[in-house]
Amino acid sequence: MENFQLLLGGLESALTPMNLLYAAIGVLLGTFVGVLPGIGPAMAIALLLPVTYRLEPTSAFIMFAGLYYGGMYGGSTTSILLNTPGESASVMTALEGNRMARAGRGAQALATAAVGSFVAGTIGTILVAFFSPALADVAVELGAPSYFALMVLALVMTTTVLGTSALRGFAALFLGLTIGLVGLDLNTGQPRLTFGVTQLVDRLDIVVVAVGIFALGEALWVAAHLRRKPAHVIPVGRPWLSRDDWGRSWKPWLRGTAFGFPFGALPAGGAEIPTFLSYLTERKLSKRGDFGRGAIEGVAGPEAANNASAAGMFVPMLALGLPVTATAAVMLSALQGYGITPGPQLMTDHADLVWTLLASLLIGNTLLLVLNLPLAPLWARLLRIPRPQLYAGILFFACLGAYATNLDPFDIGLLLAFGLLGLMMRRFGLPVLPLILGVILGPLMETKLREALTISGGDYMTLLSEPLAVVIYVLIALFILGRPFIARLRARAEQSADPDEFEDEKELSKS
Amino acid sequence: MSVHETALPAEEKSPRRRVDYGQYGLAGFLVVIGIYTIIDASGLEVGFADPVGPRVFPYVIGTGLVLVGVLLAVATARGSQPEPEDGEDVDLSQSADWLTVLKLVAVLLFTVATVNLLGWAISGAVLFAGAAWSLGSRTLVRDVLVGLVLAIASWYAFYVGLGIPLTPGVLDGIL
Repeated sequence: MENFQLLLGGLESALTPMNLLYAAIGVLLGTFVGVLPGIGPAMAIALLLPVTYRLEPTSAFIMFAGLYYGGMYGGSTTSILLNTPGESASVMTALEGNRMARAGRGAQALATAAVGSFVAGTIGTILVAFFSPALADVAVELGAPSYFALMVLALVMTTTVLGTSALRGFAALFLGLTIGLVGLDLNTGQPRLTFGVTQLVDRLDIVVVAVGIFALGEALWVAAHLRRKPAHVIPVGRPWLSRDDWGRSWKPWLRGTAFGFPFGALPAGGAEIPTFLSYLTERKLSKRGDFGRGAIEGVAGPEAANNASAAGMFVPMLALGLPVTATAAVMLSALQGYGITPGPQLMTDHADLVWTLLASLLIGNTLLLVLNLPLAPLWARLLRIPRPQLYAGILFFACLGAYATNLDPFDIGLLLAFGLLGLMMRRFGLPVLPLILGVILGPLMETKLREALTISGGDYMTLLSEPLAVVIYVLIALFILGRPFIARLRARAEQSADPDEFEDEKELSKS
Repeated sequence: MSVHETALPAEEKSPRRRVDYGQYGLAGFLVVIGIYTIIDASGLEVGFADPVGPRVFPYVIGTGLVLVGVLLAVATARGSQPEPEDGEDVDLSQSADWLTVLKLVAVLLFTVATVNLLGWAISGAVLFAGAAWSLGSRTLVRDVLVGLVLAIASWYAFYVGLGIPLTPGVLDGIL
């Protein structure tokens, strides 16, 4: 029960009127940006990061938590009302959610998504509070070889499990690792890949990389393919749930949470798999047979899974210092901005901050529900912003964020370079997540590898000297062997979900 | 944000084998970066008591890039097609409009070149209005006004709210 007390302590220090205001601003801004088409949660956070500069850490975290959950919820609003999910985790929500909206049940779809997100987020955060300290205690004992193996696992999983083409995943991963090389070598102080440019010597800011790849890359890609006739937005009233809807929703919420949390906590690349498993389960368990025509269970389950996995991602992030999603990578870099070194010591050295962060997540989650249910019709109207002005605004704020950090125009140029890289990746179907993780995990991996080999005196067998490391390498081998099986399962589910849209591309692209 | 599989345009589904020549460009790009990374690393000196040294990682990554590039070229020749990313505002059924992209890049480069000289309030406004115009907006006066409001408001928000003075430029003393 010690953890519970600590969480209450965190709530106490987080719950001041000023901080509640920051949380409210965070939720509103996060939802605002998340609702905008083409912006997912990671991009929302990266774009809004400059807003938290110069705030004291507690207030910044509170605002962060609000931004995070707000951005996530905003994303599902878009996918329900527009049927074109901005990110892979919302694909399953869009399947049933958009059909509900078309059948005039958009209000219920938004409500079950909001309440489901709240339930999953709250349970998830409490689970994080109970698991992270225990895991951190174990993790302190782990040596560099185990850490190295964990990072290899995170990279291999995100590269091979997500997307349809492992080759393109690896192309993105190696590009990311190369970007991670830029700057001074930490051991010998020699510049690598800096082209003699001074601004490149102290390493690239992950925020500039993320905003460039996500925001600018997306804006440029949209510019090349702008839909001349804007997508149809379904008008929606105030979200509410009938007694029957509650009855149909609560079990999927809990099951979705159970799927989402473990996958989020494992270095397995986020919410794509659990949302998919949740959708499959709900369809199998449904007795009404209205799946494919807007079943509320098909929104409730995947939405909960999505948010629970978003909470689960905090376990490796806080206990191990390992980011496993793009959002976590951006958040971790914000932590580093406060002079906090991620890793198992975080739970002991900065215990008060960690508990405040967890308490902030609970607060942000509650505020989200309170503020967003009444505001949903307003958010829906945002989807009608004329596209030229919308994307001009995204470019404006992306440049502002990059420029404000150092007041150096070079950073805007850098942003543009990464924007063009992001554009190229979208054109050639390279997944974004492996690149971002490569940028952030590459330098960490190198540090751990050199640490391990310095201790062992250059003997590479030391990488297999810890049992956990060996277990992880075995797991990696199993996952690579199991990949075709997972892909086939997915293809079958999507095929039966909508025979018109999915066909057997999965089978084709695998070959 | 990753690629998802809904609704590819119809012609991409046709079994007819088409080679995406652009992908050879991507493959070449990967190979060139890989080779440059290896060359760059070969000039580094290895320190004492550092059995791995600063070269190993760039060597491994560079080799990986070259390998992926070659494999991609082979896959392209065998007809492997990319799945361009779909999205809310993306219409993949039409061919790409690279002119708009070029205009946006020019607007951004203009911002890079002028932001220290003209200041954020003016460069930011030009950025917004220029980007909106490039994307097809024809309400230039309104866009310039919106841009000015956004840029000046953000200047004050950063100055007053966060204590960061964005470059005032030619408006120094006026703002």
